[in-house]
Amino acid sequence: MEQKLSDSTIATYRFPDRKYTFCPGCSHSLVLDHLNAALVKMQLDPRQVVIVTDIGCVGMSDQFFDVNAFHGLHGRAVTYASGIKLANPDLKVIVLMGDGGVGIGGHHVLNAARRNIGITVLVFNNFNFGMTGGEHSVTTPHGARTTTTRGGNLERPLDVCATVAVNGASYVFRGTAFDKELPERIAEAIQTPGFALLDIWELCTAYYVPGNDFSRAALMQTMQGLNFPAGVLQKVDSPELANAYRETITNRQSPISAAHHIAQKYDSALTKTTRVILAGAAGGKVRSTASALAVGGMMSGLWATQRDDYPVSVMSGYSVSEVILSRDEILYMGIDKPDILAVLTPEGSSQVPRQLRAMDEAQTVYVVPDLAQHVQTRARKIVFNFGRAAPSKKSLALTATAAIVQHANLYPLAAFREAISAGQRAEIAQENLKAVEASEGIL
Amino acid sequence: MREFIDGAEAIVRGALKSGCNFFAGYPITPATPILLKMLRELPRVGGVGIQGEDEIASIGMCIGAAMTGMKTMTATSGPGISLYSENIGMAIMGEVPLVVVDVMRLGPATGGATTVSQGDVQFLRWVTSGGFPIITLCPSSLADCYTLTQRAFNLAEEFRAPVFIATDKEMIIAQQSVETDAFEDLEIVNRARASTDSAFVPHHAKKLADVPAFAPIGGAQLTRLTTSMHDEHGMLTKKPSNVNRTSRHLYQKIEAHRDELEFVKLDAQEGARTLVVAYGISARSAIEAVQLARAAGKRVSMLTIQSLWPLPEQSLRAALRGNVVAPVEPGEESRSFVSRVGPPSITRVIVPELNFGQYRLEIERVALLFDSRLEVIGVNRVDGELIEPEEISQLVI
Repeated sequence: MEQKLSDSTIATYRFPDRKYTFCPGCSHSLVLDHLNAALVKMQLDPRQVVIVTDIGCVGMSDQFFDVNAFHGLHGRAVTYASGIKLANPDLKVIVLMGDGGVGIGGHHVLNAARRNIGITVLVFNNFNFGMTGGEHSVTTPHGARTTTTRGGNLERPLDVCATVAVNGASYVFRGTAFDKELPERIAEAIQTPGFALLDIWELCTAYYVPGNDFSRAALMQTMQGLNFPAGVLQKVDSPELANAYRETITNRQSPISAAHHIAQKYDSALTKTTRVILAGAAGGKVRSTASALAVGGMMSGLWATQRDDYPVSVMSGYSVSEVILSRDEILYMGIDKPDILAVLTPEGSSQVPRQLRAMDEAQTVYVVPDLAQHVQTRARKIVFNFGRAAPSKKSLALTATAAIVQHANLYPLAAFREAISAGQRAEIAQENLKAVEASEGIL
Repeated sequence: MREFIDGAEAIVRGALKSGCNFFAGYPITPATPILLKMLRELPRVGGVGIQGEDEIASIGMCIGAAMTGMKTMTATSGPGISLYSENIGMAIMGEVPLVVVDVMRLGPATGGATTVSQGDVQFLRWVTSGGFPIITLCPSSLADCYTLTQRAFNLAEEFRAPVFIATDKEMIIAQQSVETDAFEDLEIVNRARASTDSAFVPHHAKKLADVPAFAPIGGAQLTRLTTSMHDEHGMLTKKPSNVNRTSRHLYQKIEAHRDELEFVKLDAQEGARTLVVAYGISARSAIEAVQLARAAGKRVSMLTIQSLWPLPEQSLRAALRGNVVAPVEPGEESRSFVSRVGPPSITRVIVPELNFGQYRLEIERVALLFDSRLEVIGVNRVDGELIEPEEISQLVI
């Protein structure tokens, strides 16, 4: 491919030796000529132009142009175009798709308009699927005959322009392939910084025209009959996404989030691997408490893992966290027979009957007074004696775990205190420390 | 330096170290932590991170960005892989470098969003229509998450192809203490760029198994790619000789390089009668099972697979022969097999996995061709629980 010199005029953006392969009378050729005329008018550097085509007859179009070309999956042309634009906002990205592509990829068209990403979409709208045999599309007018609506289309056509316009497109135009103004409108659209769409109505001479006695005159009649306006329908100046993103990124090559080193400051007396389960309720700080339990262990020279189990609901239901503390690196992270199981709430209790059954005299279940009667296990059972200073629901897990750290002699409480305060806002740290103080004497 | 992190963090660090500068994804448990971290980190290094309107848009954006020269990654779980499927084919056909993380959860359909599984292993292998080979790596430690992500980027660039990282909910979400200083960095590979001296032919491969040089959209040369069957110029073709060449090229560029794509860890023991073959989260149970069995005086070998696809057949046969592997020196591949320690002694192969035995099928094929008397046993769980080491160790003979 020859490289064009910037000071010479480009007479065509088409490959001179590649002839259109469309049916005789198909409007695609006309629209592509208009696109070529628009490009010639703008004299863009072909290296800065990308034509992204969708599937169907229109999908062959990029092969006639001597610019960058990307022929993608059915309905997804807008997604590739968006990726290209986000990666290189300086490029002129032009999507050529049919009414079929708008149907299957409508979600992407809608979102590209909403995002106002600076791509230009030309819809080659001929009301049916040409390549596969004349089936109806989302733009087939009501009553029209296609190979899948032989008795007349019962569905109503999508107003592509109104849809993208109401969702924030910068530039919207509707016309026909026969409009003399098309090169100018296409150039206008390409020069629009934001999302631009042209809904160009066409004749499909293979199917739609013979099937419906359709004609050039009928194009305009249909448009009027549907009350779909023609011409430039929207022209607004609003921030374009790819450039907006580029402006907001710091681009300082700043280092990624700092590693969080957990240094050993304390010593643990633990000799054997200890598996702990905290069984509580969502919203009860079970996971953050388990994390502190693990980090406190690491501060005391141990290896640690943490697995969390919770239902798909967010602030309701159970929350069960498993922590393993060990002198050695931990591979298998499951806990089938915990050394320590804290039963904190009814929600948590309902999740651990299997573990309770597996435990024996060598292991310990710590349980809140209300649930003590319900816990069936051979393990040693220790009831938290909260006295009158019962911790709040929110601090139950923290207070209980602080008590367990001391009672089971996992590691110095100072390490746990440090772990629950680390990286927290002052008031949260204060609240957490208070919950730890409440653990004194409850076991 | 000891840290308390999850696999998502390790993958993100590995991706950034590889020069990943574009990420698009759609929220899905349990892959969301990768999306959140990438969208947080990329703007800091001048990259682009975006949440797509759905999975199809997310991978589509990655493919578009990749063709401008960016190093792209996306992450999802099984339901998202279903939606990625057609675009994975597009990336194979268009020869687009792309890293795709699949954080496996229990299927089918929505399945168990917060439930661990290894049920996508064959799905990833056959994810595209047409049946073309695809590279899939599988980490079983945080160090793997970091290094294999770099490996995935390197392979995507080297082969101009999509590369999967198959992982699971526990690897990505469970927190682990880990020596991050010990994480291994690989030398970064970038796709070969086309010379600007001669006319650029987008899919030109001198030999079938060669990978075409790359020219970015927006660069000095015009380029094109297509989802359709094409000739080396990227133009549609139905001519049988062109179709044959492109099909065989896409096949051979992976298959002819199988030997370079075997990444395993072999822990062989002389005289072992049992070989455990495992991958991902289940390999961790298997390693503990091997430790238990050896502590009980049994002899057992263990092969940890890091590259699920293409199937590392050479490594598997070496393990069945009873070869040992030399201690891995820094910078050395772990797949070099050295001295043979004696006559083949393996009679039983155990394959633990969190599915109905998807990888066991492959192991059986190779093992039974190697020696039809071999006994291949699966340890399989589909209840959302991890395989207990004892479930494996009790089968060691």
